[in-house]
Amino acid sequence: MSKGEIVLGCLAPHPPHVVYAENPEQNEAFAEGGWETLRWGYHRLARKLKNIDYDAMVIFTPHWQTYIGTHFLGLPKFKSKSVDPVFPNLFRYNYDISVDVDLAEEMRSAAAEAGIITKMMRNPDFRVDYGTITSCHMLNPEWDKPIVTISSNRNAHYYSAEVMNEQAGALGEACAKAIENSGKKVVLISSHSLSHRHFVTESPLPEDMSREHIYNHSQYVWDMKLVELMREGKMREVIDIIPEFTEQTIAETEAGGLTWMMAAMGFPEFSAEIYGYQSVIGTGNLIAAWDPNSKTREIVL
Amino acid sequence: MDEEPEILFGIYCPPHPQPLLSPDENSGYRKLRDSFELCKSRIEESGADIILVYSTTWPSIVGHQIQAHPNPTWTHVDDDFHYLGSMPYSFKIDTEFANKYMECCKERGLHSRTVSYDGFPIDTGSIVALKLLNPENKIPACIVSSNMYANRAETIVLGKAARDAIKSQKKKAVVVVVSSLSNRMFTEHIDPSEDRIHSAKDDEWNKKILEFFGDGRLEDISQLSRDIHNQIRVSKVVAYKPAWWLAATMGQHNNYDGEVLAYEALHGSGGAVIMLTPSKGSVGDKEFDEDDVEYYHGDREVLSKEII
Repeated sequence: MSKGEIVLGCLAPHPPHVVYAENPEQNEAFAEGGWETLRWGYHRLARKLKNIDYDAMVIFTPHWQTYIGTHFLGLPKFKSKSVDPVFPNLFRYNYDISVDVDLAEEMRSAAAEAGIITKMMRNPDFRVDYGTITSCHMLNPEWDKPIVTISSNRNAHYYSAEVMNEQAGALGEACAKAIENSGKKVVLISSHSLSHRHFVTESPLPEDMSREHIYNHSQYVWDMKLVELMREGKMREVIDIIPEFTEQTIAETEAGGLTWMMAAMGFPEFSAEIYGYQSVIGTGNLIAAWDPNSKTREIVL
Repeated sequence: MDEEPEILFGIYCPPHPQPLLSPDENSGYRKLRDSFELCKSRIEESGADIILVYSTTWPSIVGHQIQAHPNPTWTHVDDDFHYLGSMPYSFKIDTEFANKYMECCKERGLHSRTVSYDGFPIDTGSIVALKLLNPENKIPACIVSSNMYANRAETIVLGKAARDAIKSQKKKAVVVVVSSLSNRMFTEHIDPSEDRIHSAKDDEWNKKILEFFGDGRLEDISQLSRDIHNQIRVSKVVAYKPAWWLAATMGQHNNYDGEVLAYEALHGSGGAVIMLTPSKGSVGDKEFDEDDVEYYHGDREVLSKEII
């Protein structure tokens, strides 16, 4: 069996607004559009993924929050409705998801061997989180590939952003080892915004783009600093400053997703592909990808 | 003179699912379960018209969300404790009260909205509380979220708006806060029979808070909220808000008969079932440091005043 590999890493934010604005048949709410910069960026990245040969998507989500270790989806099918607890007016999505349980088990075992507390989630009534659904829908609306969802252990709450960085990095290395041993080609997804301060009110028409802007300039400047480093291929530096960035911008990197993905990919020293940046209800959202294959790597924006 | 709202008593109870799903895996879980059931009996005997729940495990962002679906029905599974089993529920919600509570919030300057969607994910804490305190839906309920950015002023005003709604509808209310005391859990899986409070410091603080509750000193606990947050609360949110909401809803005083029915560990966190019944006697009000707030003025446009 040939060695497995990570064929792409995607930073894929999950504001439910982008699915809402797409009006897919799975979602009950109806929108007049909105957040095109993000959605068109997602479309572009989804087209790239169509030309990549891969077996599964592995997604690390901030909206399956666990305090007792890292958990993995552990049943082959999940079918239900996801209603966003914060934006139920926008997101009521009927999903039917396939899971690569073998890959999940392999990653779980590798993580446990590395000393990380782990658990398989095998309750058939479990509802898959809306972060997983939003990011995966936008990257692969056909849902024709199995996924693995990894929960986010909240080390930043219990200890510090520095501890989170260490633990998420260790998890990333363990997952990379498991992927290599699996023989599979895998797309990694880190599902989160960058700066993450929300407005606490919503306009009467949520997709009214005249009301949409970043929460404050400080958030924007920090977000742009990260984008600049990503363009320069300085991902080790990005991860080194993640604790400070997280603290300064209440960033959703607190969950560990970006650190996990970068550690799994060996902290790329090549440029990230930038697909779009836009605020959603005040938060800063970047779509980016890291393509290890220099022949298919692009300058997108 | 203004008539006071009729709040029969308050209950403080933990959000974790063990008392509901695995009460016999630890004698402490069983004590908590028995205490929930005692509260249930007292609610049934009280003649209450409504159970109003403030849950710390329902975070909101867009203002304060209030459950208004007349019959929310689903099967819930906890993010961490999924292996303990599923929690099917079907609740009876007082939609009229939910709408009134939202209106009262708006009258006090709060951004608020009701939610009424099939399949809306009611949180673990609310489910545990309502399934144990009101298993047959004998009394209609209402649930309000805990806004993750709200601090003291906003939460106090949210409590006062609850009073307004209870008074306006002339309801006899039982108010319930769903919250741990210390909320640091063990970060690894444990044998439930060996559960204990995570640290001696957490245990000492919990016991001090329980002394206050036992003496009926709810307003004093509310005033100590920031200290409690700093000392024994994992910082998932900006502040320890349940005491603010409960104290503001019940009337901001220390005149209660306090009963600590149980105090036990729940995977390391401090879980207590407490009843507070309004009474005539009081330990007296102490010197309070922070202002009272009647109306929420928002962020007062601090960032747009060009003060830098």
